[in-house]
Amino acid sequence: MKNLWDIFYKGLFAQNPIFRLALSLCPALAVTSNVYNALAMGLSVMFVITANNVVVSIFRKWVNPKVRVPVYITSIATIVTVLILTLQAYLPDIYKELYLYLNLIVVFAIILARAEVFAAKNPVFLSFLDGLGMGAGFAGAMVFIAIVRELFGNGTLMGIQVFGASYDPALIMILPPGGFIIIGLMIAAFNLIGQHQDKLKAAKQGSDA
Amino acid sequence: MEEYLKLFVASAITNNMVLTQFLGLCIFFGVSKNLNASIGMGMAVTSVMTISTLLAWAVYNYVLHPLGLEVLMLITFVVLIAGLVQLLEMVIKKHAPALYNMWGIYLVLIATNCVVIAVPITNAESHNGFITSFVLAIGSGVGFALALILMASLREKLQYADVPKSLEGLGISFILAGMLALSFFGFSGMITL
Repeated sequence: MKNLWDIFYKGLFAQNPIFRLALSLCPALAVTSNVYNALAMGLSVMFVITANNVVVSIFRKWVNPKVRVPVYITSIATIVTVLILTLQAYLPDIYKELYLYLNLIVVFAIILARAEVFAAKNPVFLSFLDGLGMGAGFAGAMVFIAIVRELFGNGTLMGIQVFGASYDPALIMILPPGGFIIIGLMIAAFNLIGQHQDKLKAAKQGSDA
Repeated sequence: MEEYLKLFVASAITNNMVLTQFLGLCIFFGVSKNLNASIGMGMAVTSVMTISTLLAWAVYNYVLHPLGLEVLMLITFVVLIAGLVQLLEMVIKKHAPALYNMWGIYLVLIATNCVVIAVPITNAESHNGFITSFVLAIGSGVGFALALILMASLREKLQYADVPKSLEGLGISFILAGMLALSFFGFSGMITL
């Protein structure tokens, strides 16, 4: 049971797709100027990565390793098309706003990476969990970045005024340059925490020995 | 003519792919460690983007659109670009080994990259004509190369700087890119499309 939990959990922090693996950074910057878009994008990616992991895992014994990458890409493209058509029908506002980036999910390195590294070698249920965990880590990171950017850049959260009318928003946060700088600082913070944990671990091992 | 010139400058500078639309960041941060590599990559991206945009334009307007198969756009473009890159790699390796040594290895990297596939999708979505698509592709490619080369030049200088340990690597590069984006932001009022 613990093992299953580990498979899910590692995507959240230890191997967080955005902060730790630095994969699929484009959407992390492009759609995080407000929380709503970030959440929609995060959930979309979570859906695609999980569905693709399941598909790849089901067919893993029949796919010839030599042609695996084109097969994976076709599978991802199909799932993304399904997602886009669904959004177009039921959530046209989000579809319009995120159109280009939704299409670009097809080339996100993280999805191909999970298919190649995990789903191609593991049974269906484990691959499903792995996709869910990685997707959740991705969505979580997106929302986290968006909360910081929207809160300081606009004084709102999900469009609701938080700081009151007297707050003078730091507009740069929601502009492109602010996105780069914020993510740079967040990566630094993640590294700092990681280094600290390593140091604690080393100290603990030292005292054990 | 003036209209196309405007489009070119806009897509290269004011709507720069990397710095205002955040496309192709993987390459942008991955290959900008040294100047020579970034020049090779910039050339590779510009040429692949131009060729694939034209090809995708033809396929979309002469095959997918008349048959009502716009749904298959994404799959078609991905396969098309990946195939094209493979083909280009083989042809260049055979006929121009010198060129291949210079930027052949980067070709493989861009087979499935967001910056290359974004332009055909934009063109299909806004039903651009042939020349508009062409100009948009070249402009975006040049803009990408420009940003990449600027970034590489900055990062080469950065090697001599004393950066806090937790910011080393990706962290400081992002902040640097933020500064670069800020300077490109200064052009934003110049051209509006």
